[in-house]
Amino acid sequence: MNKPLSEKSWQYRQLNAVTPGLDALSDALIELVAAGEPIVAGTADLQYSNGLSKFHAQHPDRFVQFGISEQNMVSSAAGMAAVGMKPYVATFASFLALLCCEQIRMDVAYSKLPVRLIGHHAGISLGFYGTSHHATEDLAIMRSIANLTVIAPADGNQLMEVIKASNDYPHPIYIRIQRGRDPEVYAQRQPFTIGKAISHHTGTDLTIIATGSTVHPALEATRALRAAGASVGFLDMATVKPIDRNAILEAAAQSPQILTVEEHNVLGGLGGAVAEVLAGEGLPVKLTRHGIYDEYSLIAPPTHLYAHYELDAKGIEKRATRLLEGRA
Amino acid sequence: MTQPGKIETTSGRNSLRPTDEEIAFLKDRAKFCRLETIRLIEIAKVGHYTSVFSAAELFSALYYDAMRLRRGEPTWQDRDRFMMGKGHAAVGLFPILADLDFIDRDLLDGYTRLGSPLGDHPDMTKVPGIDFSSGSIGHALSAGCGMALAGRMMDKDFFTFVMIGDGELQEGQVWEAALFGAHNKLGRLIGIIDRNGYQLDGSVDDIIGVEPIVEKWQAFGWETHVVDGHDVAAVATLLRSLRADGARTRPVMIVAQTVKGKGVSYMETEPGWHLGYLDPSDAARAVAEIEAMEI
Repeated sequence: MNKPLSEKSWQYRQLNAVTPGLDALSDALIELVAAGEPIVAGTADLQYSNGLSKFHAQHPDRFVQFGISEQNMVSSAAGMAAVGMKPYVATFASFLALLCCEQIRMDVAYSKLPVRLIGHHAGISLGFYGTSHHATEDLAIMRSIANLTVIAPADGNQLMEVIKASNDYPHPIYIRIQRGRDPEVYAQRQPFTIGKAISHHTGTDLTIIATGSTVHPALEATRALRAAGASVGFLDMATVKPIDRNAILEAAAQSPQILTVEEHNVLGGLGGAVAEVLAGEGLPVKLTRHGIYDEYSLIAPPTHLYAHYELDAKGIEKRATRLLEGRA
Repeated sequence: MTQPGKIETTSGRNSLRPTDEEIAFLKDRAKFCRLETIRLIEIAKVGHYTSVFSAAELFSALYYDAMRLRRGEPTWQDRDRFMMGKGHAAVGLFPILADLDFIDRDLLDGYTRLGSPLGDHPDMTKVPGIDFSSGSIGHALSAGCGMALAGRMMDKDFFTFVMIGDGELQEGQVWEAALFGAHNKLGRLIGIIDRNGYQLDGSVDDIIGVEPIVEKWQAFGWETHVVDGHDVAAVATLLRSLRADGARTRPVMIVAQTVKGKGVSYMETEPGWHLGYLDPSDAARAVAEIEAMEI
């Protein structure tokens, strides 16, 4: 056998099977099964990408491998929910939210079935895999589907709490996550309330609002700005729909400027949701929506892309500094 | 006469073939389905007569004979499930649901009117007895796979019946479900293709041909059966025999050979009646034809 000799050579499965952050999804579902819940988890040929391989190994009778048939997966999950199970199905956000949009609308949301849709590797986190694998539209699409709740947890601990909170939640949910390699925002698990923003700081110059993958870098940027003397507030808007109106209104009352940061098109996602609240209230607040500016991402490793699009901590800090200095 | 929707309709029979009395009753219920469809579409002023007429005997054999149902208990956990990819035939199903006391009969009189739960396509959140919403062609067999698989996971013994149109076979998702159902050995999943030969734009074979249907499903690993979809005795006998086998390890696809518009002569012969409306005077003539029909 002519196998690779270098220890640096790797196989896809091995690489992903040892990524600790990937365990969150499986661990949370394993907890629910242990609590006697009729959980079933499914994926479309991506169990090593989303970490459901761990759940699969532990509960083979509650795991469904759908193969590369995402639409069948979503409709089947709806069927499972219709007869009393609690399905959590996961695939790349690009395929789930775009390819399966109609199945989600008809079979899950319109039918009000408690299916949990896990869109992973969202945003541009698949880097040089390119546009087919990027999802910078999913928040906008999922947010416009009636009956559907949309949540983007910031890290593994928050994801576990979101899964826990989802167990008895009566509506279908789209849960947007990354690659399972997210830096920790929350050192411990804290009870998660769907629809409630988490305030980390309040500020009188600017409030930054982020969701999901941008919470960690935006929070880091906030801390840097505060350390430099600016009064900058920060909200983790993990639930994008229903959005926490009160938290947005409080931020608007405190600071004259709001900056939303998302790994998503600036159209229709978190920034759009915040804009709708502010405009609806007629508030004289300057809102800047930061994200991907209605374009398809370049190809590069993710960290390079985040730097290029000013979506890493430094980039967000620079973006905020320009606002604080009145330079747009 | 057999009462519709009696408990455990499929158990305890000595013979799989329905008695003459049962056959007469099933024919009568198929006729009722057609007549009510004409009445309801008169309210809406447009509807899918012919899609119901091809499936009327199938509906009758399912709801009044093969399926395990309890009259007046549309949410009974152990009931058999039915859904249809050809959701546009719901107008023929609603009268049956009312007949089985799943919904209030008065609701039929307001079919499609403002605020009615009854529209052209079935909505499970609004209509008791509708086991799954539909309207977007191609989803139902996937949902049926999910139900059958979940039933097995939960140690339930209900059967899941899914009716799909022959034009629906043009949807790619149907074939995703075909692979999935066979792979997972969903033996309590029974599909029925209403092979009436027509879709909105014309003949299925002219638009995008779907033959050979039987060989396709066999190649996908399904047990297949072909039946005259208007021979209600043959349909009921087949469904009874399939329903009686809970140990089957392959899903089943029945190809029901049907006639689109069956029961109204010009609808049977003229394409283009997929969607239509009959003025009351024409409706009366159609009713007379259906009253006189002998299948």
